[in-house]
Amino acid sequence: MAKDKKTGYEPLTSIEAISAGLGTAGYISTTQISTAVFLAHGLRKPILIEGPAGVGKTDLAASLAKWMSLPLIRLQCYEGLDEGKALYEWKYGKQLLYTQILKEKLSELLGDAKTLAASLDKLSGFEDLFFSPQFLEARPLLTAMQQSKGSVLLIDEIDKSDEAFEAFLLEVLSDYQVSVPEIGTIRADVPPLVILTSNNVRELGDALKRRCLHLHIGFPDHAREQRIVRARVEGISDTLLNQLVRFVQSVREADIKKRPSIAETVDWARTLLLLHTSTLDEAFVRDTLNVLLKHESDIAAIAPAIPKMVREATGPDARGRLASGYPDVG
Amino acid sequence: MEKQISNFIRALRSADVRVSTGEALDAARTLAMIGYDDRSLMKDSLGCVLAKSESEKSVHDRLFDLYFSSAPTSASASGAASESDASSDEAPADAAERLSALTEAGNEQALASAVERAAEAAGLNDIRFSTQVAYFAQSMLRAMGGEALQARLLEALQGRTPDADAEAQRLIDVRRALTKATRERAERGFEIFGAAETERFRDDVAATKRLSAIEASDMARMKHLVAKVAKKLAVKHSRRRKRTQRGMLDVRRTMRANAGFDGVPFNVVWRQKKKDRPKILVICDVSGSVAAYVRFLLLLLFSMKEAIPDLSAFAFSYRLKCVDDILETYEFDAAIKKILREIGLGSTSYGQAFSDFKMDHENKIDRRTTIIILGDGRSNYGDPRLDLFRDFAGRAKRIIWLNPEGRALWGTGDSVIPCYEPFCAQMSHVATLKDLERAVDEVLTAYD
Repeated sequence: MAKDKKTGYEPLTSIEAISAGLGTAGYISTTQISTAVFLAHGLRKPILIEGPAGVGKTDLAASLAKWMSLPLIRLQCYEGLDEGKALYEWKYGKQLLYTQILKEKLSELLGDAKTLAASLDKLSGFEDLFFSPQFLEARPLLTAMQQSKGSVLLIDEIDKSDEAFEAFLLEVLSDYQVSVPEIGTIRADVPPLVILTSNNVRELGDALKRRCLHLHIGFPDHAREQRIVRARVEGISDTLLNQLVRFVQSVREADIKKRPSIAETVDWARTLLLLHTSTLDEAFVRDTLNVLLKHESDIAAIAPAIPKMVREATGPDARGRLASGYPDVG
Repeated sequence: MEKQISNFIRALRSADVRVSTGEALDAARTLAMIGYDDRSLMKDSLGCVLAKSESEKSVHDRLFDLYFSSAPTSASASGAASESDASSDEAPADAAERLSALTEAGNEQALASAVERAAEAAGLNDIRFSTQVAYFAQSMLRAMGGEALQARLLEALQGRTPDADAEAQRLIDVRRALTKATRERAERGFEIFGAAETERFRDDVAATKRLSAIEASDMARMKHLVAKVAKKLAVKHSRRRKRTQRGMLDVRRTMRANAGFDGVPFNVVWRQKKKDRPKILVICDVSGSVAAYVRFLLLLLFSMKEAIPDLSAFAFSYRLKCVDDILETYEFDAAIKKILREIGLGSTSYGQAFSDFKMDHENKIDRRTTIIILGDGRSNYGDPRLDLFRDFAGRAKRIIWLNPEGRALWGTGDSVIPCYEPFCAQMSHVATLKDLERAVDEVLTAYD
């Protein structure tokens, strides 16, 4: 199969292949996620991922890069981020140093010029020297354009940046090119796969949204969460895994400030494993709840319901299977 | 199929999902990539391309199910199309026969595509209101050749033989089945193309209705609307709080920034002007006539906490009290009830309220405070304490007075509004949610 030079990411040929590939990098995908990646590649559009913190938005980019062995280039957004930090900067210090060092060389070269106009002519022949790629400090966006084999460009928490920066991104994201006035336009040979994430701190502009595919990653369902935890935490027993995930899922339904996300479930699973817990019980849950819930008021809100939730998590589920793995005697 | 997609996009647009032409093109390219065979894949992909937020996505998913549940597969649609060409010049009797054949068991697919064609012919996509459903069902039936059926039925009813009776009964059943099919289709068409429009129309009505006349049944809608308005205002006014004044060099910061280059100013720093953060004090008259308005003003302001970080509310009828605690502790409706019960008694006295405010809360006014007063200015002939009011006006950024009473009534009876007016930056009549929105917008604009 001839590799398309413009959009050449060979493994991204079908949705199943993407799901399987992400799986090898330890990312448990859903059809929605894989479809979005597939379309992003096919339509050459960035993906804008929204969703609560800790559901694997950033991780998707990392896993994509890992699976396809591409460099992951990450741009973390914050208030006040500007072109100089995102795109490129001239190495002023180096330019200055070089002019100082080359001062004598320069005067030597200019020595035979008689008039001011003649020396100016000569000098203008050299000026490009100091505004050449050698003195260009590439920042993430430019770096991503320069990768010859393509790359995964992660623009993290775009909602934290200013509106002006968002507008500036439009050129980069629609044409995959950046212009440096002194050098010219730098165009990506292979456009990077761009992933933007947002936690909805502020509403993003319509212009940016229109240039992206939109993907919302929510909390996972029971089966997917089990698979994720199993992939992330080695040596966890089926019984504990099942009980743990059921407990977390029921905590998520409660009315609390910050609902635990996958990252917290994984942390909690690791905690329980460290403590050599084999099944959930009330005392353990009470002691380790602070791993799962990050607000004092949330812990207080959940505490009275713990016995009931533990009972439900360890009891038979809707299909009549026992979470403990043993027949129910009582 | 292109037509179906463009119709689907039209349905999305009528449901307030803003789909641009570029996105429509993307949708076409997407479908060219993935094909039409897999419904759920189509749904996921179009959701990705066309919907750009979580709420838009849920609208999209709902409409997708509604819309594509009716669309016949392309093969049968084209088959049906050729059939319809043939039928255009057939005799009326044949048309009736063809219709009755459609309703026989096992012919569902043909019926569905006939109904679909009739929907097209009747222009069902233009349906806007639920009252139009019957009309569109009728015209669809007509487009399918219902008149020929009707003529045959009349003919059969006039014959007195048992055969004719049986024929009449059969035709009545056919007509009933067709009526049912077209009506169901028309209702679904309304769901797809019209329901959102109707909702929007109701919202518009509610937003321009006098707030004191809002009925309990409309409360949920009003809450939703207020939340929408609050979000709109918050987005508009939570911009950056710094503004660069181009052309004014900040010498100190420029020197600092370029110390590394031996003082050669590579980076120039311009002076910036910091904008004030909004600080708002609301003083509400909670006597009977104004209470309905207090509820909505507070609901609006307190839904905008992100845009107005500094907000506190006071309520009075005779004595004035700070109600921040109540609003923070209780759920909103309960809080309003409690405020009205605790404070809404006694005869209104603006003078007393202002002197209470001076006593306990005067230090809360500074030069960036906007005071919003909501009240009708009917003070039961008490002393309006203009001296205190003038003092507040001098210390605050500005005072905005919102009056639920019409301008014609100002100054009549015990209204002391005209005395206060000279000290207010603005005194306006608020009756509807739109008025409230405008007033709050005005207040916040002063900080931009």
